[in-house]
Amino acid sequence: MNIVIVGCGRVGAFLAGQLAKAGHAVTIVDLDRGSFEHLPRGFGGTTLLGNGTDMDVLRAAGIEKADAVFTLTQGDNRNLMAAQIARQIFGVKRVIAKVNDPIRAALYREHDISTVSRTTILGTLLEAMLMGDAEVGKVLMEKSKQAEATMAGELG
Amino acid sequence: MYFVIAGGGEVGFHLAKALLEASHEVMLLESDRRRAQVIAEQLGSVVLNAPADEGRYQLEAGCQRADAVIAVTGDDPVNLIICQLAKWKCNVPRVIARVNDPKNEIVFKALGIDETISSTRVIMNVIEQELPSGGFMPLMPLTGSHLELIEAEIAAGTPSAGRAIGSLGLPEGAAIGGIVRKGAVVHTDDDTKLQIGDRIVVLSPTKDEAGVRKALFG
Repeated sequence: MNIVIVGCGRVGAFLAGQLAKAGHAVTIVDLDRGSFEHLPRGFGGTTLLGNGTDMDVLRAAGIEKADAVFTLTQGDNRNLMAAQIARQIFGVKRVIAKVNDPIRAALYREHDISTVSRTTILGTLLEAMLMGDAEVGKVLMEKSKQAEATMAGELG
Repeated sequence: MYFVIAGGGEVGFHLAKALLEASHEVMLLESDRRRAQVIAEQLGSVVLNAPADEGRYQLEAGCQRADAVIAVTGDDPVNLIICQLAKWKCNVPRVIARVNDPKNEIVFKALGIDETISSTRVIMNVIEQELPSGGFMPLMPLTGSHLELIEAEIAAGTPSAGRAIGSLGLPEGAAIGGIVRKGAVVHTDDDTKLQIGDRIVVLSPTKDEAGVRKALFG
C-alpha cells in the first residue's frame, strides 16, 4: 500500500517504521527536520519536510495515489484539518486522525473521519489492567510488547 | 446581534471593540489567561478565558444563540475546527474564519466554511490597487453564490472609455451595478456611456473575472 503519514513524533515514527518494514511504501511529513530522528535506523520510507495541512505538500507526498493517510501531529486541530483534506479533497479511502480530545474524536467520526483518541484508548487499557480484565487489551498488549522487544533488540 | 469571537489577538480585540461600539452583544474567547485579563480590563466582562476549539466552552459562551461565530486566531487549523464545531454542535447560522495562508480559502470552502477573510489577500489587493496598470480589483466574493464584486477605474486610454455599457461585450451573467462619477452614484442602463475617471462596480460570476477585465480593458 501507499501510505502517507503526517507528523513524525514518537507515534508517527513508530508507525512509519512498522509499515515500511512490512513492505509498504511510506512517506512521512513533518515541519521540523529534527523530528525525523525519531525514525528507526535504516527506515525504508521517504521523509518530506513541510506542513501537512498544505495541499501542495500533501500532493508532493503522493496523497493522490495514497491508499491510507494517518495524521499524527501533536495538534488535534492540525490532524483533523489534514485528515479532512485527505478524505474530502483528495478522496483517500482510509484516513485516520489522532485526536486526543475524546469529544472532538467522537464528533469528527460522525463526519466521516476515523479518529483514535490516545486519552480513551490508553485510559481504557490502564483501567482494564488494574481490574485484571485480560480480554480488553490482550492482543494489543501482545503486539506492542513484541514491537518494543524488537526495537530494544535493534538498539542493543 | 450576538457575536462570539474566537481569539483575542489584535484582530479579535479590535473586532470586539468595534462591535461593542456598534451596540452589539459580544463574547470573546481567549485561552491565554493574561491576554484575557488585559482585554477584560479594557472592554469589560465580555471575555471568557477558555479555548474556543472545545465544544463545552462554545456552549458556555452561548454559541447556541449566537448570530455569528468569528474565528480570528493566528492559526488556520484552529480557526477551521472552531467554525466546524460552531456549525455542527451549536447550529450557528453564520461562521466566519480568518485564514492566514490564502490557499486555505479553497480548503475551508471545500470543508464547509464558506466565509473566509484572508488578510494576506486583502493586503495583496491594496498593493495591486496601487499598481498603475491595475484599475481592476476583485473586491469580495458574495456569500452563498458563485458571484463576486469587482471594482474598476476607467482611465484615459482605457478601451471602454466613451462606450455604452450595452456595447462592451460583458460576459453573460455579469452586470455593472453602479458608477461612481465625481463622487456621486450614477444610475446605469445599457445606454450609459463610461467616462474617464468613472469608478465602476461590477457583479460577475467568479469564473468570468477575466472576461470582465477583457471587456473593459481590452
